[in-house]
Amino acid sequence: MPVEILMPALSPTMEEGTLSKWLKNEGDKVSSGDVIAEIETDKATMEVEAVDEGTIGKLLIAAGTEGVKVNTPIAVLLQDGEAASDIDTAKAEAPKAEAPKAEAPKQGDPEAPAASAAPVAAQPRADVPSDPAIPAGTEMVTMTVREALRDAMAEEMRANDDVFVMGEEVAEYQGAYKITQGLLQEFGARRVVDTPITEHGFAGVGVGAAMTGLRPIVEFMTFNFAMQAIDQIINSAAKTLYMSGGQMGAPIVFRGPSGAAARVAAQHSQCYAAWYSHIPGLKVVMPYTAADAKGLLKAAIRDPNPIIFLENEILYGQSFDVPKLDDFVLPIGKARIHRAGKDATLVSFGIGMTYAIKAAAELEAQGIDVEIIDLRTIRPMDLPTVIESVKKTGRLVTVEEGYPQSSVGTEIATRVMQQAFDYLDAPVLTIAGKDVPMPYAANLEKLALPSVAEVVEAVKAVCYK
Amino acid sequence: MAPRKTASVSSRKTAAKPVKKDFAGGTIAEFSKEDDLKAYREMLLIRRFEEKAGQLYGMGFIGGFCHLYIGQEAVVVGMQLALKEGDQVITGYRDHGHMLACGMSARGVMAELTGRRGGLSKGKGGSMHMFSKEKHFYGGHGIVGAQVSLGTGLAFANRYRGNDNVSLAYFGDGAANQGQVYESFNMAALWKLPVIYIVENNRYAMGTSVSRASAQTDFSQRGASFGIPGYQVDGMDVRAVKAAADEAVEHCRSGKGPIILEMLTYRYRGHSMSDPAKYRSKDEVQKMRSEHDPIEQVKARLMDKGWATEDELKQIDKEVRDIVADSADFAQSDPEPDVSELYTDILL
Repeated sequence: MPVEILMPALSPTMEEGTLSKWLKNEGDKVSSGDVIAEIETDKATMEVEAVDEGTIGKLLIAAGTEGVKVNTPIAVLLQDGEAASDIDTAKAEAPKAEAPKAEAPKQGDPEAPAASAAPVAAQPRADVPSDPAIPAGTEMVTMTVREALRDAMAEEMRANDDVFVMGEEVAEYQGAYKITQGLLQEFGARRVVDTPITEHGFAGVGVGAAMTGLRPIVEFMTFNFAMQAIDQIINSAAKTLYMSGGQMGAPIVFRGPSGAAARVAAQHSQCYAAWYSHIPGLKVVMPYTAADAKGLLKAAIRDPNPIIFLENEILYGQSFDVPKLDDFVLPIGKARIHRAGKDATLVSFGIGMTYAIKAAAELEAQGIDVEIIDLRTIRPMDLPTVIESVKKTGRLVTVEEGYPQSSVGTEIATRVMQQAFDYLDAPVLTIAGKDVPMPYAANLEKLALPSVAEVVEAVKAVCYK
Repeated sequence: MAPRKTASVSSRKTAAKPVKKDFAGGTIAEFSKEDDLKAYREMLLIRRFEEKAGQLYGMGFIGGFCHLYIGQEAVVVGMQLALKEGDQVITGYRDHGHMLACGMSARGVMAELTGRRGGLSKGKGGSMHMFSKEKHFYGGHGIVGAQVSLGTGLAFANRYRGNDNVSLAYFGDGAANQGQVYESFNMAALWKLPVIYIVENNRYAMGTSVSRASAQTDFSQRGASFGIPGYQVDGMDVRAVKAAADEAVEHCRSGKGPIILEMLTYRYRGHSMSDPAKYRSKDEVQKMRSEHDPIEQVKARLMDKGWATEDELKQIDKEVRDIVADSADFAQSDPEPDVSELYTDILL
């Protein structure tokens, strides 16, 4: 029976990809291990090798097709004695290989309907209400968070020779998550520095360079690995300005993905927003949209203080409108009202926003009008914007993926209780990840993360509905 | 079990064991009368300053931790003699000597020790955390070994800017066992960074002798696997330190990458003020003081060569004592920081 070759998942976060090139034609014989195609994932261009032997009976997806969902049949392999006319029979069969994938949670898109087989836009595009920091009538371009981050670094590097980027695989490999793609080619090895796998050491090297006035961008492949470097971040970068009586500090950006990716389990899945927000002397930024990622990363690079810039692997590939401005910089420490509403306030940040936005849509259908505030910066926290909203709605729910104890949400709840108690009509509820290390199994992982349903229930609870 | 090494400095090898053959090592710099007088004065300032700090600690004017440099003065004074304007210095928590040698004011250091507003960090840093942009002194770090990566970063910045400045990263035999030291060695060698790693081997990491903590007690060879040349130096002889410093600075400035100098030295006092130093004998300390004292060595030489009379040396002693007394008076009379300083210098 003919074998279907399916679009493979080639990274933990890949949901779809571009079939860049076929290296075999219909009628070609292939052996296992032969490279048959090139596929561009959210991270890199990968070669696809044949697993089974046979003859290519039909290429189902044309070279150059974008947005091919994982597990879509891309070709049919004929085995000995089979002819192209057998293909229809094969297609009529249930797609066996697809079965396990149907159970897999779609990270960052937990409530999305099953992937459609129909061609779709390359990436989901989120609509964001206008930001007061963006002049009305500004032309917008659609770009991914990944591209926005790269453009922010490139623009700042063009403007200031003191800015450089260092980290693992940032230069020749073009970035483990392709965030630094093209920077080596434009700026050269002096300013785009591949480091050995040595987080503690290169974080210290970056801080030392910053103490002399250079402006390093230190990329951690993920913030999980920055735990090896946390002493240099906190004891050296965050405290030097104070300990020196203001004589010298560390104008440095530590950036990289934080939080759960997809199926990478306990040691690679945790959110550091609350951890770093505990530390005086740091600013902690965690954008959701591509526009915020760009405007805030540019601000972070210019800021004379040490900045923790927390990204998210799942958001990297998502597209948003970004203002087409020569120098688009956003203020650190300002929240953004993502959606205006009157019945309840949802406060979130980073990927937590995806739950808040979907919950608000469901709640609207149930007649509850939710205001969503995207904090964008965790420290310093724009509490006045939150309190202004609570004054209007009287109800507050926070949403984040991090652990529940001593979370960003509990901090917000405490401060709102202290500063706006009289405006609250219900206890503040905090939705967070569960109080467990991240499990690997798909079903358990889904349970460990917050869900849209939990957010919806929480908002209904504070509205006594 | 391998025999414990209990040899004194004199019987330890001071001859270099170079990885490469381009470093003489073990040599003694020719000191002129002026050089010896300068070294004498600088070392004496550190000695008297530290003695006074110990006294003020006992009187309750200095709080917290206070790690004295007494006994190790030749290391920092000898190294400093080889530097030029722009070269940077960074060290750990036993840092008062380094700051004085860099030219930071005795008043500023002492007032920081007493936590007063005229201290170098406005009283907010304390003994272990002082800095001077003007003197290119980058601290003063309380986390053992952290200064090694930071100092490597200073060298990275020099190479990035294309200047010929050299950074000096001091650390002890204890810090030499921290992982980030080797992470730094690797990057410094890989990128040929102009950094001199100075291991101040005073034989005890707090209360643990070198032989109880280190599988390889020859710290000069700790960079061997990265191809970093390293040399042992008699850290009690300021001329030996200066000679090694000259060669090391030249090595770095000429673009050959990092270099390690292991200074064989000794601290007379405990690790900190609260350390009774029961891990070593009084005889051991006394023997070092009487036979290898860095200041007495210079004093004897000045007298032997007829470069200074007893009276002239007493005059230097008096001047140094005056500086220290003035710093102590200032540090006791200067007001504490204004309470508004609690919330300044956190962010720019």
